[in-house]
Amino acid sequence: MTALDVAFAAVGLITAASGLLAVTTRHVVHAALWLVVCLGAVAGCYLVLGAEFVALVQLLVYVGAIVVLVLFALMLTRAPIGPNSEISTSRLHRVLAGVLGAGVTALLAAALVPIAGPAVERHDTSTTQVAEQLFGTWVWPFEILSLLLLVALIAAMAVSRMTRPEQAADEVQAAQVQAAQTPSESA
Amino acid sequence: MIHLAGPYLLAAVLAGLGAYGVLARRNAVLVLIGVELILNAANLLLVSVAAAGGDRWAAGNVLTLFVITIAAAEVVVALAVVLAVYRLRGDVDLDDVDLDDATVGEGQR
Repeated sequence: MTALDVAFAAVGLITAASGLLAVTTRHVVHAALWLVVCLGAVAGCYLVLGAEFVALVQLLVYVGAIVVLVLFALMLTRAPIGPNSEISTSRLHRVLAGVLGAGVTALLAAALVPIAGPAVERHDTSTTQVAEQLFGTWVWPFEILSLLLLVALIAAMAVSRMTRPEQAADEVQAAQVQAAQTPSESA
Repeated sequence: MIHLAGPYLLAAVLAGLGAYGVLARRNAVLVLIGVELILNAANLLLVSVAAAGGDRWAAGNVLTLFVITIAAAEVVVALAVVLAVYRLRGDVDLDDVDLDDATVGEGQR
């Protein structure tokens, strides 16, 4: 056990525990807030592993943007406040899901841990190196990714503004019928 | 000096937790939380391999940044779809998603 191992074990335990709470809690909003803790602890893992720029991007994009989006979606879908068993599947389904999740963990661990080998010297990647490679070797994937973000933005706007024409016509008709009925009922 | 078994084990645990979250949740937004955990497991694996050294072109770090970007795009589109489903049906319960016209009509009432 080296000092880095101890540091990684500490942040790793926080990550695993908060991740477990994020997928098992019965409070909808708590799940999103435990996700904040989990992703923040993953950023800590990146720091321990010597990837400082990735850790900062993780905090900015994941914790700062994605979790806020998730919280907004929970708010807009009128998520219930307080414990609610309706957000999870039935007990049998959860047990099966747990078996499958444990299976995934066991399989990945069985494949990965044997190839870990002895302790290695940590290889830091400085922000300068990342920048040089990002705008050198990886510049075309980087530019295409900006196109992907643009497409995602337009697609999200298109999907969220989408109404079906016949449905809109039905609503107008229903409103007209209701408007026509209301005076006759009051009279 | 660092043992890579720790990061590898944590990546496996995160992937398992994410799979459980995807399978055991009925609320569509909470399913996305499981997907995020799986993506973070992949990122952790990339960064830990980069920490071992030997990757050319800083590939571990740069690919992690790419995955984070793609995750952001994925979440934006997925949440737009979830909100559209909520407007059509009045809830985001994945157990009885049925986008037939009859169901949509009931959701409207």
